[in-house]
Amino acid sequence: MARASVANGMANEVAAGVSDGHVEGQQHPIRLYLVVWGWLFILSACSYAVDYFQVQGYLRWFLILLFMVLKAGLIVAVFMHMAWERLALVYAILLPGIMVLVFVALMVLESDYTLATRVTYLGTGS
Amino acid sequence: MARAAMAHTQATFPRQAGWRGLIADWSSDQRAFKGVSWGKAMMWVFLLSDTFVFGCFLLSYMTARMSTVEPWPNPSEVFALTIGGTEIPLILIAIMTFVLITSSGTMAMAVNFAYRRDRRRTAILMLATALLGATFVGMQAFEWTKLIQEGVRPWGNPWGAPQFGATFFMITGFHGTHVTIGVIFLLIIARKVWRGDFDRGAKGFFTSRSGRYEIVEITGLYWHFVDLVWVFIFAFFYLW
Repeated sequence: MARASVANGMANEVAAGVSDGHVEGQQHPIRLYLVVWGWLFILSACSYAVDYFQVQGYLRWFLILLFMVLKAGLIVAVFMHMAWERLALVYAILLPGIMVLVFVALMVLESDYTLATRVTYLGTGS
Repeated sequence: MARAAMAHTQATFPRQAGWRGLIADWSSDQRAFKGVSWGKAMMWVFLLSDTFVFGCFLLSYMTARMSTVEPWPNPSEVFALTIGGTEIPLILIAIMTFVLITSSGTMAMAVNFAYRRDRRRTAILMLATALLGATFVGMQAFEWTKLIQEGVRPWGNPWGAPQFGATFFMITGFHGTHVTIGVIFLLIIARKVWRGDFDRGAKGFFTSRSGRYEIVEITGLYWHFVDLVWVFIFAFFYLW
């Protein structure tokens, strides 16, 4: 499926005369964008529904993250054309971004510690 | 001449795929990002740096929220609107999300039509994107006004943890600035497309080089990134 559309895209590029030695530019069928667009609407509606119906606890966090990751993935892969780029670019851009998760882990530990000291020494909170 | 040589090299050595391709690209002693123009690669690098900026904002928000001893204001109630006598939770933010998603769709279509060299449709879709972006910023201005009137300040608010205001104004303010810059960027490029600058090879005002329709895709990358950041803000700030 993906390969077919890549081949299709390249053929279109050549036909459009975009090619200048190395093939640049992206051309995919309009239908693909419409389908992704539709899914983004559905996923946004789903994440709003999580709040509207007041889903709480771990299920809420899981659903929020799930819809978030799916939406972000669709935008980056299709709208930003990352799915058709070469791995050299994909990893150069995505890996450093994912490394932010290490920072997140550090700050989770740090804020737990801060909260513990506040509760212990300032006598605030419950 | 150079182009012909390039095409020739490509024909002789087809590019490898997968991990071998990754290593071959990076160690080729040439441009590492094959098949991507410098403009697009630089936009991606810029977006990566912007990812870190927003990543730091969201991280400091997380740290503040996790370490505060006071309860965090419930965004579902803070951002509720009363429409027709009933209070609907978070409705304004939901509408803003849909507006931004819609603008992302029109932008993707604009990129598509730009590569088909359909000037009219490209310009119209870019203008529609800019209009939706401006609508988003307008709704954000309304949201800010409402919250400021209710007493939200960067140093405090009526409902709980004082850090709420600081993180809210910082994160949404920075995102709104990005949307505003995107709207301006879109209008400039849409005008060029409309005039047919990229068909005639007209010189640009900034680099005095003639542009290509690829600039529409690069603008699109920026715009989709703004939408992407909103996906994370929506999840972490408004829904969490």
